[in-house]
Amino acid sequence: MPMVLQHSFFMAQRWMRALLRQPAWIVVTLVQPVMWLLLFGALFKSVVNLPGFGTDNYADFLTPGIVVMTALFSAGWAGMGMLQDYERGILDRFLVTPSSRVALLAGPLVQQSLVTIVQSLIIIGLGLAVAGASFPGGVPGALVVIAAAILLGMAIGALSNALALVVRKEETVIATVTSLTLPLSFLSGTFMNLALAPAWIGEVAKYNPLQWAVVAGREALTQSDPDWGVVFSRLGLLALLLVACFAVAMRAFRAYQRAA
Amino acid sequence: MNAAIEAEGLIKTYPGDVRALDGVSFHVPAGTIFGLLGPNGAGKSTTVKILTTLSRADEGSARVAGIDVVRDPVAVRRAIGVVGQKNAVDGEATGRENLVLQGRLYGLSGAALRTRVDDLLARFSLADAADRFVKGWSGGMQRRLDVALGLVARPQVLFLDEPTTGLDPEVRVAMWEEISTLAREEGLTILLTTHYLEEADQLASQLAIVDRGKIVAEGSPEQLKAELQGDRISIELDGDGHGAVHGALARVDGVREIALDGRMLRARADQGARAVPAVLAALESEGVPVAAVSVARASLDDVYLRHTGRTFESADEGSGSSSEAEAATAGGR
Repeated sequence: MPMVLQHSFFMAQRWMRALLRQPAWIVVTLVQPVMWLLLFGALFKSVVNLPGFGTDNYADFLTPGIVVMTALFSAGWAGMGMLQDYERGILDRFLVTPSSRVALLAGPLVQQSLVTIVQSLIIIGLGLAVAGASFPGGVPGALVVIAAAILLGMAIGALSNALALVVRKEETVIATVTSLTLPLSFLSGTFMNLALAPAWIGEVAKYNPLQWAVVAGREALTQSDPDWGVVFSRLGLLALLLVACFAVAMRAFRAYQRAA
Repeated sequence: MNAAIEAEGLIKTYPGDVRALDGVSFHVPAGTIFGLLGPNGAGKSTTVKILTTLSRADEGSARVAGIDVVRDPVAVRRAIGVVGQKNAVDGEATGRENLVLQGRLYGLSGAALRTRVDDLLARFSLADAADRFVKGWSGGMQRRLDVALGLVARPQVLFLDEPTTGLDPEVRVAMWEEISTLAREEGLTILLTTHYLEEADQLASQLAIVDRGKIVAEGSPEQLKAELQGDRISIELDGDGHGAVHGALARVDGVREIALDGRMLRARADQGARAVPAVLAALESEGVPVAAVSVARASLDDVYLRHTGRTFESADEGSGSSSEAEAATAGGR
């Protein structure tokens, strides 16, 4: 196995182990998306009655959106783990070993993706069982939603790590993440059919990666005969974004070493 | 003799024109313990960061284990072990998990890795705690684990950046013994930075005294101390001294290197004890009251004072131990 993969596996293992040892954090990780789904689902239940909304069950509409939004929210915080390693000197310790640099970044992103898979399955399951959604897209549709969530989450996670490596201050990371994730969510079709939203929001949403993931996931999961062109074009955009964000994060590593 | 570390004219400037290193050169023969001694902010950690590939010098070059640190950093990383200033241990993992991951990053696996980890746990008296989370360990145990992490891959050159900072005195002495044993039994080359004079004196066979990004003196602790002939006389004045004090002492035979720092008056004399009566008489004739007098053999503190014009204590005061503080102090002259 190439060294990069081996090292990424070791690092992912380390992050996964640390996560599993924090029961409180696991509960939060699992309960929060459920609350999003149930609270937003209840609050906005009647929007489907608006003429032109296009579906009569809000849970169908909302579930894929909550999956990708949850991935976005957790990914935003990815940099905090890197920052903790930096502050404790663990990052420097790894940097002076022959460890692959890519693995130092890929490790936490893989852990985050595993969490996203579990969260996504729970949300989709609850959407079906509790919120009364029905997903004609079936298993392939669910796989697309999860893939979109992972791609989005890894891209944003890489950016969050890059930010942490450059600013090296918790406050700055927290402020940046909180001031970006909510607006991104509301400038997308996560909660609302954009056909009924002001035109400018629809325009902005076209460039919003969260919206790409929402569109791909919703098309694949809630349509009995999805337009795969729409699905794969959005997944493709997300993959490109991930490559770009990963490259930015690797540059941040080099900048960090120059500043050391 | 082969040099395990060669640093030539290292210069490093941080943003804001802070010159942390101002032309640092030294050679460390293989199999020796070399000490970089200096106050916080002198440039010791910056030197270590450059030699361990964590940072790059703006100018100059360095080879570690015969390998250029800029041309082939990965090969350098395979040849070295690094123990940084902080306890860079993962508290959320057990001691064993820390060591296993570190070993895997160097390509160790299977039985070889297990044996190595067990050996290190035993050698640093960590075997009993091995499977407990490190966050519950004492500071001394964490520090020992940190050193063990640096040794997992049997490095040729070990860097110890302030290995005993923050440790209790007893733990510090135990760590000194451990470090000496390492060098003796494993033939390791060790580069040690410290701002404890006693630590440098105890451990290092060769020393470089670093001050404000430059090496101001180099040699074995004995050589450095031998350069200073005679004893140190320290006099605490009862009230601040003034110019006349200087002149009074200068007239006493055999007394030299007179320095006045507030109430502290320091000088050097071949036979310290014999010079004291004459020194006191001279001060009395100038009407300067004396609170206390002491005479001591030359120490590294005196070496430092002689080469930098400051006492070690005053140089070390009020600066933190982080690299930012180091850079800031280096620039703030």
